[in-house]
This record gives sequence, structure tokens and C-alpha cells, in this order.
Amino acid sequence: MKSKVEEILQQYPNAGRDSLIPILQSVQESLGFLSEESVVQVSKFLKMPASKIFGVATFYNQFRFTQPGKYHVMVCRGTACHVLGSATVLEEIEKYLKVKPGMTTKDKLFSLEVVACIGACGLAPVISINGEFHAKVTTESIQSIFETYRNREV
Amino acid sequence: MNLNIEVNNNVLSAMPGDTILDALNRHGMNVPTLCHLKGLMPSGSCRMCVVEVDGRKNLVTACSEPVMDGMKIQTHSARVIESRKTIVELLLSNHPDDCLYCERNGSCELQKLSEDLNVRERRISGNKNNYKLDVSSASIVRDPAKCILCGRCVRVCEEIEGVSAIEFVGRGSKTFIDTSFNHGLNVSTCINCGQCIMVCPTGALKEKPHIDEIRTKLADPTKTVVIQYAPSITISLAEEFGFKPGQNIGGIMNAALRRIGFNFVFDTSFSADLTIMEEASELVQRITTGGTLPMITSCCPGWVKYAEEFQHDMLPHLSSCKSPQQMLGAIIKSYFAETEGINPADIYSVSIMPCTAKKFEQQREEMTQNGISDVDAVLTTRELARLIRLFGIDMDKISPELADSPLGTRSSAGKIFGVSGGVMEAAIRSAHYFITGKELIKFQVNAVRGLAGRKEAKVVINGLEIGVAVVSGLKNAEILMEEVRNGRKDIHFIEVMACPGGCINGGGQPIGTNEESLRARMKSLYEIDEHDTIKVSHKNPYIIELYDKFLGKPLGHKSHHLLHTNYQERDVN
Repeated sequence: MKSKVEEILQQYPNAGRDSLIPILQSVQESLGFLSEESVVQVSKFLKMPASKIFGVATFYNQFRFTQPGKYHVMVCRGTACHVLGSATVLEEIEKYLKVKPGMTTKDKLFSLEVVACIGACGLAPVISINGEFHAKVTTESIQSIFETYRNREV
Repeated sequence: MNLNIEVNNNVLSAMPGDTILDALNRHGMNVPTLCHLKGLMPSGSCRMCVVEVDGRKNLVTACSEPVMDGMKIQTHSARVIESRKTIVELLLSNHPDDCLYCERNGSCELQKLSEDLNVRERRISGNKNNYKLDVSSASIVRDPAKCILCGRCVRVCEEIEGVSAIEFVGRGSKTFIDTSFNHGLNVSTCINCGQCIMVCPTGALKEKPHIDEIRTKLADPTKTVVIQYAPSITISLAEEFGFKPGQNIGGIMNAALRRIGFNFVFDTSFSADLTIMEEASELVQRITTGGTLPMITSCCPGWVKYAEEFQHDMLPHLSSCKSPQQMLGAIIKSYFAETEGINPADIYSVSIMPCTAKKFEQQREEMTQNGISDVDAVLTTRELARLIRLFGIDMDKISPELADSPLGTRSSAGKIFGVSGGVMEAAIRSAHYFITGKELIKFQVNAVRGLAGRKEAKVVINGLEIGVAVVSGLKNAEILMEEVRNGRKDIHFIEVMACPGGCINGGGQPIGTNEESLRARMKSLYEIDEHDTIKVSHKNPYIIELYDKFLGKPLGHKSHHLLHTNYQERDVN
């Protein structure tokens, strides 16, 4: 059976290094992240050193290298959210989840990502968890927001 | 057709295709550079070489800007100097403050630029870099905190060596240089050649130090501490002590090593002769019995690891000979231990190499006998200089001494191993004798000499035309391997060295090695060859004795056990 990555690579016959980013995007869309294994596969396919691919992928914010959690948390750090204290919100979430942006919690439940603006400035500071928006988040409301998701798992 | 440019109000000639920097340098004018590497594509990223060009609003990087007829250039205007100075100040703003005890104190380009640009205070102060050291490699220590992101290591690794073990990772102020997926250098594709160290302007890259361990063993009365030195060391060490480039200070070095406390001083050129005995015999055997051809040399541990990683189908082409370092190591702990009546476990065997990859080679598990390493520690030329200074030895005052016998006596064929083409030339001399029973009339093989990255020649022995090729810099090796793979049949023997120009330009040589010093070192090695009486490995009396008394014959049972090795495919990314 072909792996997901092999299936993607098949769609790029005679690809050169200019196809790198579209390929990485497809891989991330399919796996949810860029695994080490997938980068090596792409490296062999494009005959490009894995270090180069890693260099390109880390340059762009859109690529992640850890498996996303069941609930993907996006913290908006756009201007409006920033003015209304999103830095503190982020810091508090990091403390609560015990992860840094780009990482996933040990129980694989939550992954954290920082985004520039999710276009909901009226709700600032705003976070989105699997597409559900939580408006006017405060350091006090964080725990209860995350607990509602944890409770769904019981 | 020459162009005319005006520099600081003087009219100078320039050639079409020159960069501004090329033109300036040709006229003996300098602008400071940082990211620039001669011979590689300009990157123009550090902006240190900026100059003012009439009609251009912004400052222009001299390293990447082509000259144009009538161009008016100011190389040291107030604006230019201010700009350069600011760049240095910004680089210093997050740089560690440990210059006093930094490895590169005194040879740091950032330090020199600060001095040259008269930076006298820390005007801009930012958060200090805080990255972890990478000490995972057997050969190279990386300290990203001291990295100023000039990218020279990345480019050398990619463009000269074809390895690309390291790359810029991340973006903006969070950029640093790292391996794929931030793994240690030990599990990367790094071949340990150390060319990155040679181009690093700061202390961000250095060899894995072995000095302290050696000092402990020197102080241990139960150990017999022996040392061997590679062919190029007696010459390149000179520059570390202010002698002129190319001066052979082998005798002084022997004396210094004894003062430090090494019980026996041996010459790796002796085992280079031994390598030739085995390798030339192997070549003759392969040619006469239809073995795998072309045969490729295996004395360069950087090349060997590269082949194990990237050239799996070429591994059967590699000679099974160990490198001279490992051969002498094996002989010291067998033949020498036996004749001196010392337990091999009580011998601590050190080698001085122009090379960081030798530190990796030394700890390979193939390089052991009954759990005892052939070689126990490896010093680079730089570390040796440090050790000599540590022991307070005045290299100007001590009298030269000879190396110890029998493992310290060499032919000049073993000595020229230190330069690209040397192994080839030495092998041709002995192969000729093995095939015809006669010596060459003219020993020099000029076609394989010189610093070119690739050299080819045809040698006729007994009516048999043998094609030979010599490459240095593994990018050149990659291209040649591809040709062989695609059916080139006219080459029978290939010499590969990872470092451009061979060991005289190794990753363990003095910082600041340049083309001029390389030429001087090369010239010196060939002069030794010119003046020595024994010019072929098979006439080295102690080599003959070693075979008579101990080894038997080349490629014999004992040789196979002690002097030959095997290779493994490596799956790394």
C-alpha cells in the first residue's frame, strides 16, 4: 500500500525544487504536519538535502513539525488583540497547557499555534479552538474554556 | 577590452565581468568582507563590503556588484565607514562577551573588524544569544551563540563538499544554523571534514578538543604515550609559531614532542609508505585479476563517510586499506608492542592530524583490535600548537631531533601524501615497480600535481595504459563518480580528498590558511621529495624489515587483519 506522502509525490512527476513548497503544503494538509519521515521522502524525491527542506519549511510560519492535537488552538496576535492583551493570554495558555507555540500537549489533546490575525478583531482578544471562536478571553476565563474541551473527552 | 573605473578619485582599469571587489583587490585596495568566500558565488548578505557608487542612492556591495565602465566609487567615505561600523556594532549587540577565553581570541574576524573599525564601546545592547552547544559530533563542536550568520559554513558544506549537513533554520532574528530537524551533528550527513571551521569567522565552530585527555595520560606513569604526526604537520605547524609558510620544522617538532613527555615519536609518513605497499598491491591485483575498477583511495575519512552516505554503489570501488593513521595505530599496538614488550592496553596512542575527520575515524568500531582502539586520541595542527605553548616550549631555541626508529623513518613518497595528488604519485611509483620489477626513470608525475580540484593523467606501465584521476573537494568527487557510473571506462585509479588541495588545507590546519600559504606548503612537500634519496615506498628499509619480520607480504593474512577494513552503508539525512 502506498503511503499518503507517496501518493502526493506521484502527483508531481518530473518535479524540480520549485515544486517544494506546494509539495510540503500538500503533505501538511494530508498529515496535519511535516513529519521527519515525510521530509526525508520529499528530500529523496526532489534530490534535495533534507537540511535545505527543513530550512525552507522553518522559514514559513505555515509549516509545523509536530502532530497537531485533537483540538488545535490558535491564539490571535494581531494588532487589535495585542492592544487588548493577547500577549498575556498567550503566556497564560502556555503556562496552563505547559507547551510553547508549535508544540502539542503530552496527552495529544491540544496543540498551540500563534497566528497574525484571524479576522475577528471585534472579539479581541480572541482564540480559536478547532474553528470555534472564543471572544474577549481573559486570564481568568482560560481554564474554563479548556475544561469544556477536556470534559468532552470523559 | 579593459574598463576604466574611478576609485577614490583615481582612475583604475578593470576587466569586464569583475565585481567591484575583484577590481579593487587586483589593485591592492581592500574593503572589509565577512560573508565573502573567494571562488564561491557572492551572497552579499553581510553588507560589510559596501561602497558608495555615484548615481546610486543606496550603498552597493562590492563583492556582488559587477563593474561598469566609468563607474565612480568611494570605498572609505564617511557614510561607508559609518555603515560598516554600525554593522559590526549590531553584530556585537547579541554576541557573547567571552572573548578573553574564546577559542578564536586573536584569530577572530569579528574581533579584527571591531578593531579595524575602531569600535570602542558597546553602543547597542541586545539580548545575548542563548543557544545550546552541539557537542554530539566526534569531530566538531558547534556553538550557535557565537554565530553571526555569515553563512560561509553553509556554503562551503554545500558548494565545495556537496554535503549540506547544515542550513539556515528559522527566520528573521530567530534564524540560526542547524541540521535537519535540529538533530545533533553526529546523526547528520556531516562528514567531519572541518572545512566549516576553516571558514568560520568566529568561535562558532571548532574541533572537539582532545588536549585534556592527553595531558591526563601523559601524567600517568603506567602508560606509554606514543605520538605520530601526519606528513603535512611538520610544515603547516611552522605558521602557528611565526615561521614563514612552507618551512619544514619537523626536527624541532620532534624535540618539542619529547619535551612535552611523549615516550615515542613516530611519523605517519612511514605508514603512508605502508599504505602504498598495500594499496598499490591491491591496485595491481585488481587490474590483473579483473577486480572492481576504478579503485578509489580510502585514506581520507571525510571521503569514506561521504561514500558510505551518498555513494553506496561505489563502496566496492574503495580500496580496503585503512588510512595511514589507522595503519600506524594498528602496527604500534601489535608489532611495536611486541618488540618493546609492552601490553597494548598500556599504550596510549596519539596522532597529530591536519584533519578533524580523523577524530571521527579514530573512534570507528572497525578501527579496533580485541576491543582496543588502534589510535586513542587525535590532535589537530591547531591543538598541537596549543599543547606546545601550554608546555612553554620555545620553538626558536630548541635543537632539531630525529623521530624514533623504526616507525619514524619514511620515504619521500609517503611525505607527499599531504598534498592532493600525492597518494596517486606515490602509488604510481610503487605500482610501476610491482608490475615491471623496474623503477620509473622519472618519478615526478606532473599531471597530478597542483591545487586544481580535478586532475587526470594517463600512465603507461609495460604497455598497459592506466588512467588516473585526482579530485579534491567532494563536489568534484560527486561529479567524477557520476561519470564513472555513466560508463567512463578509461579511469583505473582515483584519489579523493575531501579538502580542496588535500591535507595541507585540512580542517585541522591553522586558521587563516589561504592560497598563498597552501602554495608554500605544497612547494615545500615537493622540495622534500626532490631532495630525498629514497623516493619510493617499497625502498623504505624499515618497511622492508616490517614485512620480513612481522607482516609477511602485502595483502597477506596479517596485513588483512591489521591494515584493512570494510565499509558500511549509512542511512542519514
